Amino acid sequence: MKKIFKTSIAVAMTICMAAAMTACGGSGSASSSSGSAPAAQTSEASSAAGTIKIGGSGPLTGGAAVYGQAVKNAAEIAVEEVNAKGGMQFELKFEDDAHDPEKAVTAYGVLKDWGMQVSLATVTSSPGAAVAPSYAEDKIFAITPSGSSPSVVFADPDNKTGAYGNVFQMCFTDPNQGSASAQYIKDHAAIGTQVAIIYKNDDNYSKGIRDTFVATAAEIGLEVVSEGTFDDSNAQDFTVQLGQAKDAGADIVFLPIYYDPASLILTQANQMGYAPSFFGVDGMDGILTLEGFDTSLAEGVFLLTPFSADATDDLTANFVKAYKEKCGGETPNQFAADAYDCVYAILQACEAAGVTADMSSDEICAKMVEQFTTMTFSGLTGAEMTWSADGEVTKSPKAVVIQNGAYVSVLD
Amino acid sequence: MKTASKLFSPGGDKMKRGRLISFALVIAAYIIIEILLKTGNLSSLFKSLLVPVTCYVVASLGLNLNVGISGELNLGQAGFMSVGAFCGICVSGMLANTITVPVVRLMIAMFCGACLAAVFGFLIGIPVLKLQGDYLAIVTLAFGQIIKSIFMNTYIGFDADGLHYSFVESKFKLQPGGKMLLNGPMGATGTQKIANFTVGIVLILIALIIIYNLMISRSGRAIMAARDNRIAAESIGVPISKTKMLAFVVSAFLAGAAGALYGLNYATLVPNKFDFNTSILILVFVVLGGLGNMTGTIISTIVLLILPELLRSLQDYRMLIYAVVLILIMLVTNNEWLKSRVKGFTSGKAKGGA
Repeated sequence: MKKIFKTSIAVAMTICMAAAMTACGGSGSASSSSGSAPAAQTSEASSAAGTIKIGGSGPLTGGAAVYGQAVKNAAEIAVEEVNAKGGMQFELKFEDDAHDPEKAVTAYGVLKDWGMQVSLATVTSSPGAAVAPSYAEDKIFAITPSGSSPSVVFADPDNKTGAYGNVFQMCFTDPNQGSASAQYIKDHAAIGTQVAIIYKNDDNYSKGIRDTFVATAAEIGLEVVSEGTFDDSNAQDFTVQLGQAKDAGADIVFLPIYYDPASLILTQANQMGYAPSFFGVDGMDGILTLEGFDTSLAEGVFLLTPFSADATDDLTANFVKAYKEKCGGETPNQFAADAYDCVYAILQACEAAGVTADMSSDEICAKMVEQFTTMTFSGLTGAEMTWSADGEVTKSPKAVVIQNGAYVSVLD
Repeated sequence: MKTASKLFSPGGDKMKRGRLISFALVIAAYIIIEILLKTGNLSSLFKSLLVPVTCYVVASLGLNLNVGISGELNLGQAGFMSVGAFCGICVSGMLANTITVPVVRLMIAMFCGACLAAVFGFLIGIPVLKLQGDYLAIVTLAFGQIIKSIFMNTYIGFDADGLHYSFVESKFKLQPGGKMLLNGPMGATGTQKIANFTVGIVLILIALIIIYNLMISRSGRAIMAARDNRIAAESIGVPISKTKMLAFVVSAFLAGAAGALYGLNYATLVPNKFDFNTSILILVFVVLGGLGNMTGTIISTIVLLILPELLRSLQDYRMLIYAVVLILIMLVTNNEWLKSRVKGFTSGKAKGGA
């Protein structure tokens, strides 16, 4: 008889589940959850006049949450600014994907139910690669602020064929950064000639940059004398890798990694009395604001980054000010800058193409693709950016060097 | 353990009814969802959850056979899923031009993935299941970590010349038109999505048929006897390690099939996905669903996977609420007072009904 009880529970569960599903299906388009404050205020009034719904997902929880939060905050700032100007109105809904492809696909479902018309895709690469086919299938225009792997825009990333066509990137691709770094070091022999690389071999981003760096180095005759690897489980002690680099006679250490482990490497190299040049990529950005890190150790570190928060132009200064106000004094990193640019690039394309909110996402997509492949855009992370039909961005990386605790552009 | 064994003592009408409920539940859910799909009432969110939910259900059913029925703790179910997933992706990638019917290719990929996972299970089981105690837990925990590392350092490519592979770094150049099936830490990218919900439901039904038939068979009774009292079972001639091996290998087989289905549902899959946390997640589904209770496992897996998605409207508090719900479920299902009330309620009803 216990079974009868169980049966009734089972039946009740099934009914509940079915009810939940239909409920969500029905109300999906009607619900407009609070994306950003002004958007929520105006959504009632302006829905007739036209608010374009921008969706996006990124890690708001978990290990990569820093990047998702940065993108969310910056995108909200941009949307607030756009809405305050009048004219084109945006509404943003940003979902959590915990840097997990599976969650990113469900987050995409949530956004689609909400009625997303244009998207910021995802913050990180693997989730981006997982949702990109859905964007292509449903014909929703997407531009990712920081999903830098080629697999985000190509169905067949190995041969760089089968581009989705409506998924675009705001950031450099990983391979671009690797080859640009190798080329830069080769051209500036004063920094160093014997290269050591320390990279994280279980990380898509780090490994991707390292691979193209090594390939380009072999092509142009740059000598890589030592390679050290680490992964999640041993990202605390780098004395072995540094010792190896030192023994091999490396006078420049290339660090295609995020700033957290990089700060440890700089500290430990200093303790060992090993003082080569250090060369980072965009993941190094943020090292100066890391708590508890002695920034004097980062003196003389080179990095290639599209954005530096210390730049003095109006655009950057205003953005940094707005970001600091919103986030309690936190300095924005390049993820935030990329997201901010994404929103403005969408705005520019929408205005140029005459997109209105009552258009279907299909129509908007076609117009946006046409705009993005023909327009040039200048923003925080570069001037005169253009996009190829495949969705890859062309912009020139800026080399900066850290002097007196600030980024200084290297002029050459 | 004792109550579980009493509940699921083989044979009898009671057992049969329990099995029927499981099947009825799955089929009813399938029919309802298909109707919703056909009438266009299912939201995109739930559409995207259909296949992963079936995958996790099958993996949890397999784990429940191992943990609940055979009584051996397995902390590496995600490892077996990852073996199945990457094997399935490779097989599907290689056959992409030969077998163009997606369903057939999916079946073959799932079968290969399941078999490879079972082989791994068998190899691990040989030394470990001869031991008494928690050694299987330790070894499967290590297995999950090792297999993740191995996949992170494996490069498999396929082109007109056939299959290429290398370890640690990619040492081969593919012909134009070739495809990297497995690319080290980047995992599999650009996978053709051929998984579908119907195959997932069929897989759940197959898993239930396998598990229930195993449970009422002679071998199944031996497995439960070995769990309840190893010495007594040994004394009447039950080959302990062999019977435990059977449960363990079937469990790995199901995890492999689930993994292959999962892998072929996404355009990309990284080895990091199947880490220790995923193993624990599956174990949580099993424990909250009830050890040895297949219907409970199905329900708990579905509820616990869908819950965080339904809580999305709570935004930042989502994971907090999820954790609280998990704790509440644990408290409620282990509350003696509540249990006795439920028992009193059902037995009272039984008297009245009979």
